[in-house]
Amino acid sequence: METLTLGKALNLGLRRAMEDDPKVLIMGEDVGKLGGVFRITDGLQKDFGDERVIDTPLAEAGIVGTAIGLALRGYRPVVEIQFDGFVYPAYDQIVCQVAKFHYRSKGKVKLPMVIRIPFGGGIGAVEHHSESPEAYFSHTAGLKVVACSNPSDAYWMIQQAIASDDPIIFFEPKRRYWEKGEVDTAATLSGAYPLHSSRVARSGTDATLLAYGPMVRTCLDAATAAAEDGRNLEVIDMRSLSPLDMAPVFDSVRKTGRAVVVHEAAGNVGLGAEISARITEECFYSLEAPVLRVTGYDIPYPASRMEEEFLPDLDRVLDAVDRSFGF
Amino acid sequence: MTRVERAAPRRGGKRSGPPEPEFVQLLTPEGERVSHPDYSVDFTDDELRGLYRDLVTVRKLDAEATALQRQGELGIWASLLGQEAAQVGSGRALRTQDMAFPTYREHGVLYCRNIDPIMPLGLFRGVDQGGWDPVANRFNTYTIVIGAQTLHATGYAMGVAKDGKVGDDDETSEAVIAYFGDGATSQGDVNESFIFSSVYNAPIVFFCQNNQYAISEPLERQTRIPLYQRAAGFGFPGIRVDGNDVLATYAVTRAALDNARHGQGPTLIEAYTYRMGAHTTSDDPTRYRVASEVEAWQAKDPIVRMRLLLEKQGLADEAFFKAVDEQARVEAVKLRERVLSMPDPDPVTMFDHVYPNGSPLVDKQRAEFETYHASFEGSH
Repeated sequence: METLTLGKALNLGLRRAMEDDPKVLIMGEDVGKLGGVFRITDGLQKDFGDERVIDTPLAEAGIVGTAIGLALRGYRPVVEIQFDGFVYPAYDQIVCQVAKFHYRSKGKVKLPMVIRIPFGGGIGAVEHHSESPEAYFSHTAGLKVVACSNPSDAYWMIQQAIASDDPIIFFEPKRRYWEKGEVDTAATLSGAYPLHSSRVARSGTDATLLAYGPMVRTCLDAATAAAEDGRNLEVIDMRSLSPLDMAPVFDSVRKTGRAVVVHEAAGNVGLGAEISARITEECFYSLEAPVLRVTGYDIPYPASRMEEEFLPDLDRVLDAVDRSFGF
Repeated sequence: MTRVERAAPRRGGKRSGPPEPEFVQLLTPEGERVSHPDYSVDFTDDELRGLYRDLVTVRKLDAEATALQRQGELGIWASLLGQEAAQVGSGRALRTQDMAFPTYREHGVLYCRNIDPIMPLGLFRGVDQGGWDPVANRFNTYTIVIGAQTLHATGYAMGVAKDGKVGDDDETSEAVIAYFGDGATSQGDVNESFIFSSVYNAPIVFFCQNNQYAISEPLERQTRIPLYQRAAGFGFPGIRVDGNDVLATYAVTRAALDNARHGQGPTLIEAYTYRMGAHTTSDDPTRYRVASEVEAWQAKDPIVRMRLLLEKQGLADEAFFKAVDEQARVEAVKLRERVLSMPDPDPVTMFDHVYPNGSPLVDKQRAEFETYHASFEGSH
């Protein structure tokens, strides 16, 4: 066991993937000498060279588009999009090409690409640096979408994503980059918890909190606080946003009868809406209350002096739990 | 490659069209062989006859596909009429190991790669989205989003360089060619591909068929300078070739490809040509261009000039031309029969190949789809 920050765990995971497979490339803006603006690729260019850790021109469509060509050539590119709000120039390449090449070619082409996106707010940043665009990609068939929430998952999930032949959008909770946790770096990749599975992060009996990425920590804190009030909350880390792994969610809701979905992204047509609908379809007679959502508001991400009020926090989660019990 | 000069003064011919741009030309519309200081290429008699056969066959197959669309057998067709020389010249210039990234109009390049011409017809008939193996065929699936494939080509070329496949040996070193049109030059993707290929010195040739129109929009809506001159701003050579001259197109493309494979980086080729037909079978070009313009380009037809050359040089007789026409006709009939016998796909196959590793969501919906349809069995 090693104690690592989430950022360092990603760094070590990337390093191990590059050691395991010489076809793995890292591409992005400032990923080389600088090691990325968040230092997630720190030291990799020094050790693996600039043919494998590639500082690219500042053009996101170009980065993703050329990564497709490299994947066609047999490479496994890991693309870093510097910030969530910068992914949109690459949106066409991701949605029209990355997602569809396999289908278009009747399975003859595989694009084993990973597109890493630091996402979410809470770091006091300027516009375009705090967004949660996961629903755009989860809506697109042909892409798989995951979000890690803790150092151990970060370490294993990045390696699993790179090893997967599916194109994967990999969301990293940037405000949790500095949070520490235990990582069993001596374990093997094949023994790691499956990439596209959700996981019960805290067992409980009274209500179910569903979250991913940065909001898992928030929900765990809320559950700790609720326990002091005598409420025993279950927290599920969704981990995979497309496909969703709903079986553990259904099990939980059948047990608790109450569910609250939490994400930073705006609520309207978000992941919470999909998760809520699926719960309603499967667990209708077990529900004691409607599935509730705690999300960012349906406004552009606000100036950072207001973001604490925009982002779901422990109090808003507990408020929703209270409302759930009010039915 | 820095000097691009008018090859020779034009002799005779019609003068009704717009002034000729400066471009590399080795064969005039009147069938005269002319020389160019930077591009000389010797073709054997067989090669010249072969290029003529390619041009005729490609045009015939294209016409057959247009007819199939008119008869309701294809949903749509993007005709290459008028652009045969640009496609045959560049397509034959590719070496076996080279990789091509087409748009949706490169049927002539596909033919010259010795790929079964039936391959893209499924896409236009609506039975699949392409479905071929790009790498095995050295020919990517047709890309419909304008310009997107230029980035894929650039990335692929970057991979060629990483694999150590850039070098002096013409038989093993690889080059990549990206096809696109004049409209695509306004796309960000194309400009980004110029930048990436330039800074990484990727072994790629950008082959722009300037057919003068992006659906209805004329060239002046895309650019105020000749397109080939754009290359200078990106730091690599640009050259304009008479895209209706199969010999010049071959020579210029072969030189650019070999430069790329030898490590000299990208080249932009602007093949100056004209889309004689509609953008696609859904288009009506009479709404945006005049008949006199089309007639002026008719006089520069790529096939007529090759036939004139063969006749003047005594390389072919009437029997040869008849045989070529007959062979093309037979190929077209075969193509038609195969299109008509294409089975409609089983609808459940729409759930196939969404992900290499599959998806529980897709599996669930496939099962629901099958159950739903099974529920109707015996009810009619």
